[in-house]
Amino acid sequence: MLAYVVRRFLLAILTIWAISVLSFVVIHLTPGDYVTSYIASMSASGSMVSEADAAALRAQYGLDQPIYVQYVRWMGLISQGNFGMAMEWNRPVMEVIGDRLALTIVISLAAIVFTWAVALPIGIYSAVRQYSIGDYIFTFIGFIGLATPGFMLALVVMYIGFTYFNANVGGLFSPEYNDAPWTMEKVWNLIQHLPVPAVVLGLAGTAQMIRIMRANLLDELRKPYVVTARAKGLSEMRAILKYPVRVALNPFASTIGYLLPYVVSGSIIVSLVLSLPTVGPLLLKALIAQDMFLAGTIILMLGTLTVVGTFLSDLLLMWIDPRIRLEGK
Amino acid sequence: MAESLVPDSELLADEITTTAAEERISVATQWQLMWWRFRKHTLAMIGAVVIGFFYLIVIFADFLAYSDPSASEAQRGLLPPQPIQWMDEGRFDPYVYAVTGRRDPVTFKRVYAPDPDRKIRIRFFAPGFEYKFLGLFRTNIHLLGVESGKAEDSLFILGTDLQGRDLWSRLMYATQTSLTIGLVSVAISLFLGVLLGGLSGFYGGIWDTVIQRIIEILRSIPTIPLWMGLAAALPQEWDIVAVYFAITIIISLIGWTELARVVRGRFLSLREEDFVMAAELAGCSRMRIIFRHMVPSFLSHIIAATTLALPAMIISETSLSFLGLGLRPPAISWGVLLQQAQNVQSLAISPWLLAPVFPVIISILAFNFVGDGLRDAADPYGI
Repeated sequence: MLAYVVRRFLLAILTIWAISVLSFVVIHLTPGDYVTSYIASMSASGSMVSEADAAALRAQYGLDQPIYVQYVRWMGLISQGNFGMAMEWNRPVMEVIGDRLALTIVISLAAIVFTWAVALPIGIYSAVRQYSIGDYIFTFIGFIGLATPGFMLALVVMYIGFTYFNANVGGLFSPEYNDAPWTMEKVWNLIQHLPVPAVVLGLAGTAQMIRIMRANLLDELRKPYVVTARAKGLSEMRAILKYPVRVALNPFASTIGYLLPYVVSGSIIVSLVLSLPTVGPLLLKALIAQDMFLAGTIILMLGTLTVVGTFLSDLLLMWIDPRIRLEGK
Repeated sequence: MAESLVPDSELLADEITTTAAEERISVATQWQLMWWRFRKHTLAMIGAVVIGFFYLIVIFADFLAYSDPSASEAQRGLLPPQPIQWMDEGRFDPYVYAVTGRRDPVTFKRVYAPDPDRKIRIRFFAPGFEYKFLGLFRTNIHLLGVESGKAEDSLFILGTDLQGRDLWSRLMYATQTSLTIGLVSVAISLFLGVLLGGLSGFYGGIWDTVIQRIIEILRSIPTIPLWMGLAAALPQEWDIVAVYFAITIIISLIGWTELARVVRGRFLSLREEDFVMAAELAGCSRMRIIFRHMVPSFLSHIIAATTLALPAMIISETSLSFLGLGLRPPAISWGVLLQQAQNVQSLAISPWLLAPVFPVIISILAFNFVGDGLRDAADPYGI
């Protein structure tokens, strides 16, 4: 058991390191650097940046050093909790990101909670009442959900909300709470705005979960122990919920690991459509402006959070499934 | 007993038909068995027909479009779809009414009104803009055209976009781009997946450990931020073709993991099979064992996995282009078309800009159904 945890933990560390390198390299693939695009935007607005100023800027941000030196410097700064400056904003990266990272997590978690809450009962229903009308309807909706990319669903939801209900379904807060400090009212306002993004983000995953749950449970229901349970006179409810559902639930828990990167990914692009204050729109802007510290930090943090979430879900799985616990012994 | 009531002759006939059917099954080739099984999967069959239909559009995009996809005209921007009148005076003679546009003095929006006195006749196989059919010969025949004048100025089945370009024609070209970009990325993924999955499954040991860790790492990274980073790194001055291939490579860099997993699993289970052992004892070379004995027995699984991987590729391209980081105008793809539908205001005024959503959803559904059917059929000897 301990070996399993250690193995998972080491893998998580390795993954985070790989993500840090990847995100750093990605930013450096871009021809030119921040100063190049800064000069371009300055000359577009009519003012000139001299060669000396450009060199000074490069030296200030360490852009004139070889790439591995820049990476080591970046890592060194991060280990001190300093994520560098967001050049375009001229403010520390963490300050620019602010609440956005937390909101990304909140939205992703809400989507996963939605996925679970919907997929579990529907999956059980579809398996127990296989080939019923309900099963077919849910299968159909599931397929549509699977085939619709989140941002398209967001577009359609926005359109319907706008034309039929004359309401803007985007955003996470009512306008008056946008810049307000955190209070109970603001939290409540956030919760009220959560359902739309959660459903939009969670639908594809939900469709997948329903299919997994249905297939797993169907396999279990055919096993002799279920027949035995029925023969012994257990009520139908108990015969299904007590053992088969519990066994079918295991792969369910393990898919969180796959679901999380997927949902976080989706939240980036859905946020742009629904204008949610997550890191998504910020990342897009930073990438376009080649603001490498900001973009790199966002990719790194998203990746790290996902890995940590996956690690926690592995631990959860171990807690639920004794077979994995015993494997390591 | 109930059985004794059935006349003997009928029992006999029944027996003969079963043996005939069994005989047919036992002499059928693996591919025949798979086809029989696939045929039973109704949704997969429907999906296959739909996909066939989509690829016809890919091949005949120039012919199906009736307007030059880049012909823009600000005077007819955001023109709503024209309803086609199929019958005229009791005869089949499709036409649309000519549209006159003017600017609303209050809202400054362009408003369009059909002119009931001017009918524009639609003609089939009519001449239009010139193109090179399949890159072979020049022609100017299109499925649809108008009787007199240019289609660019008068026919808008699905309306126009902000720059006044005909949406129907653009949709045809977008289908061509989006569906081929998926194929190219899936081909690259397939190559990487078979190579690395094969190495991992056949040799095992250190290869397996390293490749499996790489797969696990890649799978736990949220893909869209990474893709965005990679796509943003593409130089702005690259031309359409270069960006097209760069995007396919970026998408397949992460897409190969699932295919590698399938190939590895197959290799692991086949390695222990008797026929592989027999081939090895008979002195076959490694390459011969792999390509002559192992690959044919899991080829069907790979085909199924490839079909299931395609929708993800299409979604990736569409998402990236939608963000403005994938294909860039003047390239036309579903994602590029949807970029115009990004804000609610323009959607509310001109909902037809959402039209590309339908081909995306339908093609993805069809690929999923076919993939499911293939996966079920891939192992025709199972139950």
